[in-house]
Amino acid sequence: MAHSLLEKIKSGVLWDFPGGVHPPERKSMSITDSVDTLPLTDYYYVPLKQHIGVYSELRVKVGDKVKKGQALTFSNHNMAVPVHAPTSGEIIEIGEHVSSHASGIPEKTVTIKSDGLDESIELQPQSHFHTQSKESIIKALQEAGITGLGGAGFPTHVKQQAQDIEYLLINGVECEPYITADDMLMRNYADEIVHGIEVLAHLLEPKLVVIAIEDNKPEAIAALDEACKDKQQFIVRKIPTKYPAGGEKQLIQVLTGKQVPKGSPPAALGIVSQNVGTCYAIYKAIYTGEPLIERIVTITGENLDKPQNVWARIGTPVEHLLNTAGYHPEDINAQKLVMGGPMMGFNLHSAQVPVTKSTNCIIAPTQQELPPAPPEKACIRCSDCADACPASLLPQQLYWHSSAKEYDKAQDLNLFDCIECGACAFVCPSDIPLVQYYRQAKAEIRQAEVEQEKAEQAKKRFEARAERLEKEKEARLAKHKKAAENRKKAMQSDPSAQDKVAAALARVQAKKAEQTENNTDSAQSTVKSKAEQAIELAKAKRLAKQGETKTSEEFSNTNDNENASDNKSKAQAAIERAKAKRLAKQAAQAQAENTEADANITGAQNTTDAQSDTKADTKSVAKAAIERAKAKRLAKQAAQTQAENTEADANTTGAQNTTDAQPDTKSVAQAAIERAKAKRLAKQNAQAQAENTEADANTTGAQNTTDAQSDTKADTKSVAKAAIERAKAKPLAKEAQQIQTEHDEANASEPKLEENNDKSLQAASSASDTKAKAQAAIAKAKARRQQSDDNAEMNNATQATHEHVDISSDNKAKARAAIERAKARRQQAEQQTNEAASVEENDHDSEQKVRIKAAIAKAKAKREQGQ
Amino acid sequence: MTEYILLLLATVLVNNFVLVKFLGLCPFMGVSGRVETAVGMSLATTFVLTLASFTSYLINNYILQPLDLTFLRTLSFILVIAVVVQFTEMLLHKTQPTLYRLLGIFLPLITTNCAVLGVALLNVNEQHNAIESIIYGFGAAIGFSLVLILFAAIRERLAAADIPKSFQGTAIAMVTAGLMSLAFMGFTGLIKLS
Amino acid sequence: MTLISALIVLGVLALIFGSILGYAAIKYKVDADPLVDQIDEILPQTQCGQCGYPGCKPYAQAIADGDDINKCPPGGDNTIHKIADLTGREYTPLAGTESDDVAEEVKKVAYIREDECIGCTKCIQACPVDAIVGASKAMHTVITDECTGCDLCVDPCPVDCIDMLPLAQTTQSWKWQLDAIPVKQVH
Repeated sequence: MAHSLLEKIKSGVLWDFPGGVHPPERKSMSITDSVDTLPLTDYYYVPLKQHIGVYSELRVKVGDKVKKGQALTFSNHNMAVPVHAPTSGEIIEIGEHVSSHASGIPEKTVTIKSDGLDESIELQPQSHFHTQSKESIIKALQEAGITGLGGAGFPTHVKQQAQDIEYLLINGVECEPYITADDMLMRNYADEIVHGIEVLAHLLEPKLVVIAIEDNKPEAIAALDEACKDKQQFIVRKIPTKYPAGGEKQLIQVLTGKQVPKGSPPAALGIVSQNVGTCYAIYKAIYTGEPLIERIVTITGENLDKPQNVWARIGTPVEHLLNTAGYHPEDINAQKLVMGGPMMGFNLHSAQVPVTKSTNCIIAPTQQELPPAPPEKACIRCSDCADACPASLLPQQLYWHSSAKEYDKAQDLNLFDCIECGACAFVCPSDIPLVQYYRQAKAEIRQAEVEQEKAEQAKKRFEARAERLEKEKEARLAKHKKAAENRKKAMQSDPSAQDKVAAALARVQAKKAEQTENNTDSAQSTVKSKAEQAIELAKAKRLAKQGETKTSEEFSNTNDNENASDNKSKAQAAIERAKAKRLAKQAAQAQAENTEADANITGAQNTTDAQSDTKADTKSVAKAAIERAKAKRLAKQAAQTQAENTEADANTTGAQNTTDAQPDTKSVAQAAIERAKAKRLAKQNAQAQAENTEADANTTGAQNTTDAQSDTKADTKSVAKAAIERAKAKPLAKEAQQIQTEHDEANASEPKLEENNDKSLQAASSASDTKAKAQAAIAKAKARRQQSDDNAEMNNATQATHEHVDISSDNKAKARAAIERAKARRQQAEQQTNEAASVEENDHDSEQKVRIKAAIAKAKAKREQGQ
Repeated sequence: MTEYILLLLATVLVNNFVLVKFLGLCPFMGVSGRVETAVGMSLATTFVLTLASFTSYLINNYILQPLDLTFLRTLSFILVIAVVVQFTEMLLHKTQPTLYRLLGIFLPLITTNCAVLGVALLNVNEQHNAIESIIYGFGAAIGFSLVLILFAAIRERLAAADIPKSFQGTAIAMVTAGLMSLAFMGFTGLIKLS
Repeated sequence: MTLISALIVLGVLALIFGSILGYAAIKYKVDADPLVDQIDEILPQTQCGQCGYPGCKPYAQAIADGDDINKCPPGGDNTIHKIADLTGREYTPLAGTESDDVAEEVKKVAYIREDECIGCTKCIQACPVDAIVGASKAMHTVITDECTGCDLCVDPCPVDCIDMLPLAQTTQSWKWQLDAIPVKQVH
């Protein structure tokens, strides 16, 4: 059978494919004697991906000098081919540039500024390819960036890896109207094409090579006949002119009578087809070593003085091509530019679109030549489309289902076998843009598939996470259980264990006593902390009893009275924020604001606190506690008034902190209040567990206090605080504390005087700072407001940030990049901590400042939102 | 034998229950939105109709008539139909949960499908024997299925077609049903009136 | 006499039929509703919890048990239509919207402004699909491809550095506009 088929093909039998149309050709317009090479232009835009397949990675960066033919990308993936520099020059930009795609959506593009020298890299021809291994030739094709030049841009080397090929079809059909690029190539470079075909034949070892050319190109047929004169294996076959005979599947059907099964490549039938342009590119790559950096492009249309074919470098902007051909648009704004043929091409969004590997034609038509599509009318069921369809589909049915979004039914009718040739739309008497419907439907289906895949993935990840959490929980439970058992066992096996518990309790008691003792000694900080606690408790009680509103007002009043102009701005800020609170509609928002405002204050405190960094740390820890407490409380109660109060309180605290030391204790007291509240509200804390940890912490605290040295003061303080804080939850402990703190208060006043002096000095210096910051913040907030008013601007901003958010197919790479970034950040963070630890105040300060500014700005923005 | 075939053919085409006798219009309009649903409904109805037709014959001939209790006919027929439908529902729920959901309320509504009771009562009226009863019930069901699936297919097409706004939805469905009925009237010519 | 025989006949008939149905009820007992899995497949698997259930599967279960089908904002109109088709229920517009404003949902993904991230790991804990990478006190970032756009990380962030940004359209995800290219151009 195969043999007889071979005989048949050799004897010149041709088959036919169903349907097809005969659009007016208009090819003569751009046919000239020879193909000129386009002069160099200044800028070249080389899109990184010009083929079907996967993205390659960049191997150059901005500022690099490149030479003609130098590879710009690399990839180890089989479906990827590199792109090459079309001329020598400097890379001035790697970014988004309008793509040569129907959508015109910007794509990643390397912009090369030509230096005019057109210096080439050293070329490595492999003209003795017969002696080389097939792998090395295929590799060379891949390295040369060769893809199908017919239109789809399928990587050529992939096709060449096929095995058991009987027929190699060379496609010189060029059935689209207007385009003459392949025709001109065959007329002028027939020998080169044949050399290229020889390379292919060497790789595939087919039984027969058929070069198919439509019968409307007699000169091309003659030229190739001449070139193939002494090649037994090569047949030049004239085929009848019919659109779309140049489609791969249609061509195969015409030449061999075989239909390519759905979803399988022609190679499965033992057939490989290549475009004549591709053959020429292969010739170039193998015989001269030059990668694919230029191709023939037809520039035609009635708005050009000299329609012609030119050798254009990949990356040349279309504008340059048009200008070369004497472009004279009637109306530059209304001018339509079509890339590709009129049947399957698309309108360009900009004349800056670069020529890519699959660009074969640019048409600049007049209005009469390619008029805009008339309005779509109702389908009259004439079935002309079904007659014209070269794939024997039912265009009318597909249209109905596509337009009704019944995509599953459209798929049942083999929507994906549509080659989008446009024959159906061409014959439609109702001017229905059928192909657009199919394209849309296909895009929707593909999108849905992608989403389905993503959903599957998300589900898997979610389930994995749930499982992990469950395991962790179990492990934790098991650990607790084990610990409890061990304790029990220890208790049972060792009667003295009970004594130990007693001993531990005793230690706790001892610690408390020691603490008191310590305080009565002259350990300044401890005294202070104790005093704070005392005040905390007192305040907590008072606040609990009185309404908080009152207290806060008191605070702000005293604040206003006591403090000078510096404070006013702060107070104002506080009032403003309070207002903001009132305006805030959602509790969640209020909460966020609170946190921000607090962070702000923490920053303020930190900047003021120039002397001991460690102290600032402790405070920030305390503040963090406040934040958390507030968050919890707000989340639970969402009482706006209360939120206001806390806000006001906190702000006052901050303001007071900056000016004198007396209220400083107040702020800490506030912190304590908050903590106490948090405690009260924290329900989740398992009582037993809490007790355990508390006992432990207390013991540690006790030890620490005993060992207290001046240099570890800060540490002790924080630990003690934490311990006491926790202990407060226990009513018993509370009582003890109260006694203790009463005791402390008496002792507190003296050492504090010293500190007050210190603090006021610092405050004076930082006051001006604070003011400046506040101003800056207000300015920022204003800017923000404007921005939020202006939608367009907002969108811009979004777009700008958006670069990070584009999807790549390679998940892993992304994840890796993300982790790397995270690592980098962590290092940075560590560095910062180190700096802080080594009391590099300036850095620390500026850091804080930035944070404060950001926080204030955010708070304002939030308020705007609330309004 | 010829008799039986003629009976079947007559029930399916000439005396089509839906388009000629106008019985069982509720599911005809209700479940004809999609072909898949229509096929499921057809299968369920076929099962119920055939079984109910036969069972009601048994009850009528061997219980009611000997005991002279023919006045209980309607009551007992409805009992039979209800049981068969209920049984079908359980079966479907177990084996075809999607179809079960798709049919929704129309599945229990087969009970009140007048075609089902109609077949049982017509069997008595026409004094069919056991085999004739089964064939009559089966034929009625086939006729119903045929029309239902055809109608559903047409409606599916209609959904995507550009119908004038005032005709969209039920209106065009009614017009279509009327035209189908007219077409089925043509089958009357199959029988030579003599 | 007729009365008694009628009663007996009907009684016996009812008894027989009743026992048949009772037997069928046991024999064809439906254990697990396979519908749940089918609904779960339709749901977008963002695991966002906006329906009020802790994930998509529980919501699928709830729908099968009779809950409303219009509680899935990420799935949008499309999902509701699909569920309506599957369950044979009436289509209802998304809860909280009018039937008219079924604006095309733009798919969004979370984006962390990395300069502002303080490394609190709160968002990592909130993410239902583990799409946020980072460690304590180190900057976090979102794996865009894995993000379902569920919003759950936005609220926990204490410094509000997470934005939900619409996904950029690429030439791959672009859908043809009907009037983009007049195909029939040659006359």
